[in-house]
Amino acid sequence: MVPFAGYDMPVQYEGVKQEHLAVRRAAGLFDVSHMGEFELDGIEALAVIDSLITNDASKLADGRALYTCACNERGTILDDLIVYRLREDKWLVVCNASNRDKILPHFTAAAAGRCAIEDATERTALIALQGPQAMAVAARAGSEGAALAELQSFELREASLVGVECIAARTGYTGEDGIEIFCDADDAVSLWRGLLEAGRELGLAPAGLAARDTLRLEARLSLYGNDIDETTNPLEAGLGWTVKLGKAEFLGKEALLALKAGGLNRKLVGFEMVGRGIARHGYALLDATGNTIGNCTSGSPAPSLEKSIGLGYVTLGQDAIGTKIYVDCRGKSIEAVVVPTPFYKRAT
Amino acid sequence: MSHHITNDRVYTTDHEWAKEEGDVVLIGITAYAVEQLGDITLVNLDVAEGDVIEAGKPFGTVESVKTLADLFAPLSGTIVRVNKAALEERPELVNEDCYGAAWMVAIAPTDRSVLNGLLDAVAYAKLLETTH
Repeated sequence: MVPFAGYDMPVQYEGVKQEHLAVRRAAGLFDVSHMGEFELDGIEALAVIDSLITNDASKLADGRALYTCACNERGTILDDLIVYRLREDKWLVVCNASNRDKILPHFTAAAAGRCAIEDATERTALIALQGPQAMAVAARAGSEGAALAELQSFELREASLVGVECIAARTGYTGEDGIEIFCDADDAVSLWRGLLEAGRELGLAPAGLAARDTLRLEARLSLYGNDIDETTNPLEAGLGWTVKLGKAEFLGKEALLALKAGGLNRKLVGFEMVGRGIARHGYALLDATGNTIGNCTSGSPAPSLEKSIGLGYVTLGQDAIGTKIYVDCRGKSIEAVVVPTPFYKRAT
Repeated sequence: MSHHITNDRVYTTDHEWAKEEGDVVLIGITAYAVEQLGDITLVNLDVAEGDVIEAGKPFGTVESVKTLADLFAPLSGTIVRVNKAALEERPELVNEDCYGAAWMVAIAPTDRSVLNGLLDAVAYAKLLETTH
């Protein structure tokens, strides 16, 4: 267990590779209760949320969620979030644990005099059930579990799983099918044990945050603090699809319009190591003559691919698929090549 | 917490081991180090036969999925053999047999008596106990 943002974090159970492959082949169970959750209540909640996010929450129906960035006035990323519409006047926002102390006051200030906001982080547990067998595990976890397979991507509903009242959403951070399950913190241990029991014969295994990181990297899902932060904007990060510039005023809109009009300088790309080496966060990316063209933001061996992969920002012109680049692995220049992402895509 | 330690060699506070074998001293990393690193995915040995190495200086790195650790020479001498081919081909050998097949380098020591100043199995076990 490793401390992070005030939580003791389950980084690893049996080994990163083993857990990673269990999620790809069967299913894994992750305790991600450290994530920040807050609820907004009131008829103006939608307007408050939409004023702070780049995506368009007004398009959501009840029981639907979306992934979005929240930017500052410079158009760089304060956090990436999932916004859930429970009802017209009841919303749930999930933020990164490391950003909770920044995002909660940010939303609270916008909500002042308009809607109620409550930090639900401490009383809410979040357990992710992910993998090709995830929905089969859910089906064994009580009479309401089977119906969860009908959920569309980013759809959610209330359910009772192994006797625990919860909200299940068809979302995840692994590149696999599955659900993320919110429940009362007091019920978390029952839910965790019950799901593991229900899924044992299907190959369900507990998976730690280290495996979660290699899984999300293969699926090219951004990690805040690595691939995105307050020095990066959604357009260069490949998150332009979450930016709805046609939407009414939102924080960062003017800056993002200007960035779009002015053209980007750099782009987040995926690369694969050709030479022997592992790219790590912070390593410089070089061209063939040794000039720095960017920096690696995430890198790791990819257990499903048996390759070493990475993400990094490179100056435009060096971002085309097939471009030969070099990673400065602590003074050693190791060849890599820009490849399409996601690195891993599940069979559908 | 118990970690596999053998009493046929000596240890450093950086979790390397050194074992006399004929004229040379084999160097590797301990089971504790391996456990801390997890699945080893890359071994870089940045020395060649004939290189002169100084005690405490790095001679390579071991990388796992999550992190990277430097390898430090426990004593000065001349590199006689490097287990490069085996460990480049199969880095997971370090997870499987860190005290045997996954030795890293063989050093002909300048001063063999330096080994007496390293930790024996009992002292190393005590170190692990007190750090945890």
